[in-house]
Amino acid sequence: MTAAPGGFSASPSCSNPAAGAWETFAHGADVGVRGFGSSPAEAFANAGMALTSVVTSPGAVRPIRPRVIRCSAPDLGLLLYDWLNALITAMAVDRLLFGRFEVEIDGQVLVARAFGEPLDVARHEPAVEVKGATFTELEVARDPDGRWRAQCVVDV
Amino acid sequence: MDLSSLVKVGEFCWRVEPVDGMRVPAIFHADEALLRDMDDKVLEQLTNVARLPGIVRAAYAMPDAHWGYGFPIGGVGAFDPAAGGVVSVGGVGFDISCGVRLLLTDLTRKDIEGRQRELAEALFTTIPAGLGSTGGIVLAGEDMDAMLAGGAAWAVQQGWGEPGDLERIEERGRAAGARPEFVSEDAKRRQRKEIGTLGSGNHYLEVQHVGEIFDERLATAFGLNRRQVVVSIHCGSRGLGHQIGADFLRAMVVDAPRHGLRFPDRELASTPIDSELGQHYLGAMRAGINCALANRQILTDMTRQVFRRFFPDARLDLLFDVSHNTCKEETHEVDGAMRTVFVHRKGATRAFGPGHPDLPPALRASGQPVLIGGSMGVGSYVLAGMATSEAAAFSSACHGAGRAMSRTQALKQYSGRKIQDDLAARGIIVKCASTRGIAEEAPAAYKDLDRIAEVSERAGLAARVARLKPLICIKG
Repeated sequence: MTAAPGGFSASPSCSNPAAGAWETFAHGADVGVRGFGSSPAEAFANAGMALTSVVTSPGAVRPIRPRVIRCSAPDLGLLLYDWLNALITAMAVDRLLFGRFEVEIDGQVLVARAFGEPLDVARHEPAVEVKGATFTELEVARDPDGRWRAQCVVDV
Repeated sequence: MDLSSLVKVGEFCWRVEPVDGMRVPAIFHADEALLRDMDDKVLEQLTNVARLPGIVRAAYAMPDAHWGYGFPIGGVGAFDPAAGGVVSVGGVGFDISCGVRLLLTDLTRKDIEGRQRELAEALFTTIPAGLGSTGGIVLAGEDMDAMLAGGAAWAVQQGWGEPGDLERIEERGRAAGARPEFVSEDAKRRQRKEIGTLGSGNHYLEVQHVGEIFDERLATAFGLNRRQVVVSIHCGSRGLGHQIGADFLRAMVVDAPRHGLRFPDRELASTPIDSELGQHYLGAMRAGINCALANRQILTDMTRQVFRRFFPDARLDLLFDVSHNTCKEETHEVDGAMRTVFVHRKGATRAFGPGHPDLPPALRASGQPVLIGGSMGVGSYVLAGMATSEAAAFSSACHGAGRAMSRTQALKQYSGRKIQDDLAARGIIVKCASTRGIAEEAPAAYKDLDRIAEVSERAGLAARVARLKPLICIKG
């Protein structure tokens, strides 16, 4: 990935350095989310954390209630698109935020439990609403170091 | 942006001749400085749009163009169904019919002074803004479908606003051909409590004053005068529009091989206008337009109610309501003949020039008001569509300043609290539920709106009428 003026930056702009598990990256008008893991499922779970970080600090979200999410898609890229959009829809419809994810991927099917709590505007101070996942920089791939990376730009 | 593949064909017009599968030229309306500031991705995206089936005349970029999703933001493309033309989710955007409306008051800046803080507080507590806010109106079932079919006309019928408002909205406040049945249940669930809310991000409600007038004749025609207080509302179709975008973008990606379509960028996924999916998207997208029009109408009514608590006799008349994320069926001249085409305006404002038959009689002589949103410290512009904009870009103009800096960069560089304090020292009250949200929307994160408005005029797209300066900003 190369840096472009006003566009993507090669360097992460917000991350979880302790685990190195997720980060966000800059995009001209919006922001990208990226999760890493030893499997696609773990990378998807961490992409979910990066998604939460666009709205608020994931550490501020208490993982109290589980929400079961199921999606299926013909390839991992579309599955990531569906997974993030399912989270965005759940966040919007039920005014939820998620702080922990358990994801299983079996072939074309994803089954997950997203743990979170209702949005508390005073405590979470949400910065922005995420409108949707996009196909921009959408990629699920294994990096040379063996780690899986799941990422895309989200529209805010 | 690297200009080596562009040919300068006018002082404010640059062109890329069709190469490598481009069906039409790509035309940029901008000056050299604005072009150089644009990302290379804008060039890539506009030339990709020029490759889509059924595109006619050219793919156009507005002076505020920047990197978008498939289409550049500030991109215009028209497609002829008779020539296999397509409809594209990326050409409309996720926030369907995001737009701006301007309310004209008979108050002056002096009337507001002394009550500015109280008024800001009242607007902030009344206008639902920011993530998680709900409007107190719950819509479901038949009521939801009636809103999606009726738009602002439905809202007025329900008592939010005045029948005269409808004359001052594109398509008289209701997009014909909306098909609520093609809007997913997820989209409707997302909208259940979101009608009458501002949203977040760059959306706002601002109380402004007319700071500068560029054209007295047009200002008079629009009812604008110096020191007058006006109200701008910038928002869109909320969760419903976003979900329609996400649903149909996926469907078009999956369906593309069936139509033999291959795209250089999946974000550019499109489908033939005449296909079943194309017709379903158009029906759902028009329902999304109606949702945005109803939303801005309800917010207008809330604003009027707040103002009347402070100024019982005040008028808040709608000058106009524009949408800058749409696809509309319009008639334009193509190759010497009038043809019905589907004009995508992604981050671009329709800008009908004087005499256009679709303009309300009161505005027909002046041209369509083109409302350009800015950042909270800079204010906005009122422009008027020019006759030359028809040949220049299917009667289109710019829509805003466009970001010069990413959200993450702005967050690193600015403090929301400090921005609030600095603007307060300049007489601008900013109210927002999130100080981080203010930092991400820092005025310095946006491009120079003055230059974009000037270039829009000099490129023959829309003439400057007035510049509006903020007094109160309710941030989404």
